[in-house]
Amino acid sequence: MIPAIVVFIYLATVLYIGIFAFRKAKGREKAEDYFLASRSLGPFVFLFSLFGTNMTAFAILGSSGHAFTNGIVTFGLMASSSGLVIPLSIFLIGTRVWALGKKYGFMTPVQMFRDRWECGHIGTVIFIVQAVLLVPYIIIGIMGGGTTLNAISGGLVPYWFGGAIVAMVVMSYVFFGGMRGTAWVNTFQTILFLLFGAVALIVIGVGMGGFRNAAQALQSSPAFAPLLTRERISPLYFFSYTFIPLSAIAFPHILIFCLTARKMNQFKKTVIFYPLCILAIWLPCVFLGVMANRVTDVPQIKAKQEARRVLAAQGKTMAPEARDDLREKVAGDDVILLLLQRYAPFWLAGLLGAGIMAAVMASDSQILALSTMFTEDVFAFYGGKRRFGEAVQVQTGRIFIVIITLFAYAIALRAPETIFELAIQYAFSGFAALSPLLVAALFWKGSTKWGALAVTVWTALAVIAVAIFQQSVPAPAPGPSTIFWSVGGAEVISRTPGGTAVLGFMPVVPMVIVSALLMIVVSKVTRKPKAMTLARYFS
Amino acid sequence: MKRILLVIVVVALYILHQDFWFWRTAHPMVFGFIPIGLFYQACFSVAASLVMWLLVKYAWPSELEREIEERDPEKESAH
Repeated sequence: MIPAIVVFIYLATVLYIGIFAFRKAKGREKAEDYFLASRSLGPFVFLFSLFGTNMTAFAILGSSGHAFTNGIVTFGLMASSSGLVIPLSIFLIGTRVWALGKKYGFMTPVQMFRDRWECGHIGTVIFIVQAVLLVPYIIIGIMGGGTTLNAISGGLVPYWFGGAIVAMVVMSYVFFGGMRGTAWVNTFQTILFLLFGAVALIVIGVGMGGFRNAAQALQSSPAFAPLLTRERISPLYFFSYTFIPLSAIAFPHILIFCLTARKMNQFKKTVIFYPLCILAIWLPCVFLGVMANRVTDVPQIKAKQEARRVLAAQGKTMAPEARDDLREKVAGDDVILLLLQRYAPFWLAGLLGAGIMAAVMASDSQILALSTMFTEDVFAFYGGKRRFGEAVQVQTGRIFIVIITLFAYAIALRAPETIFELAIQYAFSGFAALSPLLVAALFWKGSTKWGALAVTVWTALAVIAVAIFQQSVPAPAPGPSTIFWSVGGAEVISRTPGGTAVLGFMPVVPMVIVSALLMIVVSKVTRKPKAMTLARYFS
Repeated sequence: MKRILLVIVVVALYILHQDFWFWRTAHPMVFGFIPIGLFYQACFSVAASLVMWLLVKYAWPSELEREIEERDPEKESAH
């Protein structure tokens, strides 16, 4: 129960930070202040909050779970590639969007697209696709909160109550604090993340009697030695994954965060330190996830290893449903919690649990971004701001925050978590496929609104097609993939144990390439915006 | 010329991420417990940070910054 009490103290602290930030801004009911903190964040808060916004539950729970099953490849696959692509995209795109936001007062990406391509309803289509891809994150954040509080309290806090507490806390500080509150909470959470990795590594390392023996034991076991290499993942899949971080800058909550910097100089530290922050969080989590395979006295970990062995040996002969059940048992998203329960003293387990909660609660910026998008791209665009004024616009944003949180909580209570984990996988590919919109808007005079519409519709259709395909064709057992369509002996589309492959690549690769091609081809044959509009962007 | 060199550095770093040469081996184990593939990717992250520093130092879009400051100098200095 002590760890749960420490986590509750953490939640109270977070709530205080959010409300404290609100007090600072009291009396100013300007939309720009509530949704963008008056574009006034300093370098320290900007770096940590932007980084924290991009770190979800996956950074701690998912990374160690993925490494538990797949080995060290997790770091190169998801962390180091992000350490290159994300700061590069912030450098190239984030800075330009910030400057345009300052010049023309944009508060959302859709506002910029509408102005840049002289369009109205096409912007609404982009808003809808962005919003639909963003909602699963909010739901999974609440689910993660319920699961984590339940695990940390040893079952004393039921899932529904844990989820309700997390939803209430996040909703409250976003409601009262707006962007300023969210940014300060994210800064506090990022510091906790960074401490979490180092402390967890030391505590668990000491508890396991040092990592040297554990690594040697894994290496001498034929079942576990491959986890210290990357032979379980193909080089093509590894290459494909470098397209996924393109999604980061296309996420509305990240792009909206780019608008909050006081000066462009503040991007400098963020761009330089981003890869090091990723290294500090992901390296310990991935390493501990692999080392968890050496732990022999935690029954839950043994059960996962046994399920993995059965899946590998008998998976091919099993019914798809039985295989899926076994896959859920193999999933290692809770291994880091299990390691902490086994090796950390009670008080420290609480602090580290708070670090995990910080990761789980990253849905705050998505909720705020959705509210900003709704009030600016829909409410204000369709005349609400003009008719009712700016104060009503901010209140509408707040009401939207309450509605979206209650909606997410209601779904979190009813739907199985795996559905939303899958939805998030699709969302990453979807936002990566939307990234050509930003590149074209900022760097190509010849791009048009019809090109933008083609990219958006293609992204929506591709995400739906991959989702339907993966729901209709059961995942095969570990080993060779199931060929769905081949031409002249070459595999075109196949179902892999972890998803879908198109010509051996993850679907994100053709999705991004087709998006870029559609933008070029459709823009070439359609009418460009007026010269006056282009001059505002390319003078 | 400087910009071309920076583009080459970024592309080279992207290619270096695909380190197929350490694909199927854990050896040597750095410090006795870190597989070489993991150590390489950790070093890659440090290299990415250094390349970002180069970009910030030699290719920073300061013209965007100047434009904002010239446009609204009072507001900028007030912050």
